[in-house]
Amino acid sequence: MKRLLVILPLVFAVLIGAFSVWGLLGDRNPQELPSVLISEKAPDFSLPPIPEFNVPGLSTADLKTGKGPVLVNFFASWCVACKAEHTTLTRLVKDKGVTIYGVNYKDKAPDARAWLTELGNPYARIGFDLPGRAGIEWGISGVPETFVVNGKGVVVYRYVGPILGKKAQEKVMTALRQAGFKEPGS
Amino acid sequence: MRGVNFLRILLATLILALSAPLVGAVEPDEVLKDPVLEARARVISANVRCLVCQNESIDTSNADLARDLRILIRKKLVEGLTNQQIYDFLVARYGAFVLLRPPFKPETWLLWLAPFGIIVLGGGGILAMLVRMRKRNANGAPRLSPEEERAIEQLIKDEAGGMEA
Repeated sequence: MKRLLVILPLVFAVLIGAFSVWGLLGDRNPQELPSVLISEKAPDFSLPPIPEFNVPGLSTADLKTGKGPVLVNFFASWCVACKAEHTTLTRLVKDKGVTIYGVNYKDKAPDARAWLTELGNPYARIGFDLPGRAGIEWGISGVPETFVVNGKGVVVYRYVGPILGKKAQEKVMTALRQAGFKEPGS
Repeated sequence: MRGVNFLRILLATLILALSAPLVGAVEPDEVLKDPVLEARARVISANVRCLVCQNESIDTSNADLARDLRILIRKKLVEGLTNQQIYDFLVARYGAFVLLRPPFKPETWLLWLAPFGIIVLGGGGILAMLVRMRKRNANGAPRLSPEEERAIEQLIKDEAGGMEA
């Protein structure tokens, strides 16, 4: 009993040390917050299309078509990380047959049109969210953010930041497959 | 005269410097006409975390999102929502993290109660140690033998005598 009491401070020190090491090392991002939307229905929103751009707008109804999971990607032409992510999104659409809906967040219409014309448009639908109100409904804190929404309109996964590299892409693909996504030819 | 001027400037500078944190990041076009609602908006904003800066309230943050939320909160106040309804609205979208003061619920019991737990544990430990020390002093410590007592008395006497001389 007495010996146990003597090593108690050491046990505490080791515990606190282990906690610090866990907090400082590893690829844990303390700024990454869990979304309250996971396993919840996608919020109610209805966005017009980008003016004078030939892609339909986006609203909650488009997420409940029962056609299988889609990605909802918040982007903006002023967002550098979105430009970096654009290649990945294009590849997901072309090679994997993923459906991606976009929300053009706090962007000016001419800028958005120029951006999509220059880089190409991977989005099947784009909601034009100039005031950023839909962003608040979805609880995003910045762009880019990407949600996986299943065919019933339920949010199953959220990825914060640009989807760059194999690891990130695999995370998103895994969430899509778990939501019932089937790659063509598999 | 110059001295008075200097004092005035100093005073004005002090007042401006001290009032800066009170003003926050609220821009003139955001302020509501109704002072009561505006005061409530300021209180709510001070309790809501800016999701971009994360350790700042939206009342003091210059981030776009903070501004949007400040305006949205004011809109909801004008619509007649209570403070609690506005907090609930924000928590439903951003989670409890959006509140700078975490609510007391099962998930946060550890957070709120851990300090008291540590005080009880540590205080208990210290108390137990003190009690044990007192016990040891009361009966456990070896007493001086009669010869030793006499020797000490002699030493004190000698010392006292030496001082007088």
